[in-house]
Amino acid sequence: MLTKRIIACLDIDSGRVVKGIKFLNLRDAGDPAELAAAHSEAGADEIVLLDILATHENRSTLLETVRRTARQLFIPFTVGGGIRSQEDAGAIFDAGADKVSINSSALADPGLITRIASRFGSQAVIVAIDAKRVNGGFQAFTGGGRISSGRDAITWAKDAEQSGAGEILVTSMDRDGTREGFDCELTRAITESVRIPVIASGGAGGAKDFIELFRQGAADAALAASIFHFDLTSDHRSSGGALADLKQQLLAAGIPVRWPC
Amino acid sequence: MLARSADGPSAAEYEGAFVMIAIVDYGAGNLTSVKKAIDHVGAESRITSSPEAIVCATKIILPGVGHFSSTKKLGESGMRAAVSEAMERGVPFLGICLGLQWMLQSSQEAPEVRGLGIWPARCERFPAEVKAPHVGWNQLRIRNGSSRILNGVGDGAFVYFTHSFRVPLLNSTTAECEYGGSFSAVLEKDNLFGVQFHPEKSGAAGLKLLRNFCTL
Repeated sequence: MLTKRIIACLDIDSGRVVKGIKFLNLRDAGDPAELAAAHSEAGADEIVLLDILATHENRSTLLETVRRTARQLFIPFTVGGGIRSQEDAGAIFDAGADKVSINSSALADPGLITRIASRFGSQAVIVAIDAKRVNGGFQAFTGGGRISSGRDAITWAKDAEQSGAGEILVTSMDRDGTREGFDCELTRAITESVRIPVIASGGAGGAKDFIELFRQGAADAALAASIFHFDLTSDHRSSGGALADLKQQLLAAGIPVRWPC
Repeated sequence: MLARSADGPSAAEYEGAFVMIAIVDYGAGNLTSVKKAIDHVGAESRITSSPEAIVCATKIILPGVGHFSSTKKLGESGMRAAVSEAMERGVPFLGICLGLQWMLQSSQEAPEVRGLGIWPARCERFPAEVKAPHVGWNQLRIRNGSSRILNGVGDGAFVYFTHSFRVPLLNSTTAECEYGGSFSAVLEKDNLFGVQFHPEKSGAAGLKLLRNFCTL
């Protein structure tokens, strides 16, 4: 049976994993290559590295980080942040990533999705949508969730699929960082509008949120960051425990997951 | 590899275990991760589009993702003939994902494009009741316990798939997978192997399969 994926996201800046709430109080949480391998070992089904500031100056640092991370990672590996052209994507793939995640640059130029997909395949292109509730609907935001694109998030997901996206990663800006649970209504609205897999993000607090997401939101995968690697950087380094515990609780709730790995 | 042989056998050749594997590049996707996984299991490999390099290789891996029509390039470039010749000489061959599909006669995805025809069957679309593409981790059901390439890969092992078309169950199917009905996950015939999933992305189970292939 096809399983629901648990994807670990590592936010990185200048070659280090950082963690903060809504871009504030960033603190160093370790080496991306080491943390990615640890998450894979612990049972993560996929790894995402997100270059949160994505400055031009840091591009070579990012590629070196991707190269080092990819070397010891044998599960699907996605990189996002600052990918503005087919060439940018090509450099990320050459460094060893399997997929790129594009967000603002795809909204500004949907043809970018098609260009990357036609060269590297749709399976290599994730379109990330930052969605916020506005006037009873969902709007797509850019610039790290600060600027409204004026576009309806659901319509944009359909357009992205038409343009060649292989997966949609939808983040609820309303829930992100709150630990109040995923926005299942948003996720379901997207899942029912496209035929490609939908990854939900934003709001994960505990196992019950994942269970609710897979039951109510009908997501194919869930992405989370803090609930895993806060543990890893604590004195107990117990991320493995957190992931194992999550997957066991999902199995107990009748949700198919890859466990034991 | 030939240049190296002129200087005397490499350490790998002394051991008789690992010699050069050609990873065939025909522009269908990114091959870095396949190369990286082969490096990891300790085998020597080279990404190549050269028919000469393919003919000289001791093993051949043909990866690939995307549309069936991209396999046309194999025919136009002389790589198809090189692969066929090596196969007939008994060189171990592993097709991955689109590489497996190319080993069949044809695909619904591009009916005018001719596959190698190792297996006289056609790749099909998934039934409408399931989402396509089939993306994610799914389980193998082993149909033949004596498979050399699946040695040590347990029944129920999870592997990573990403594909829109699939190969039906055939006599040569040694492992199957369930998604909108059963389909072939692994096919084998003598020196020829094909896998629908991505062993280079399938964690320990995938690395085990690649190690098995590299040590055939």
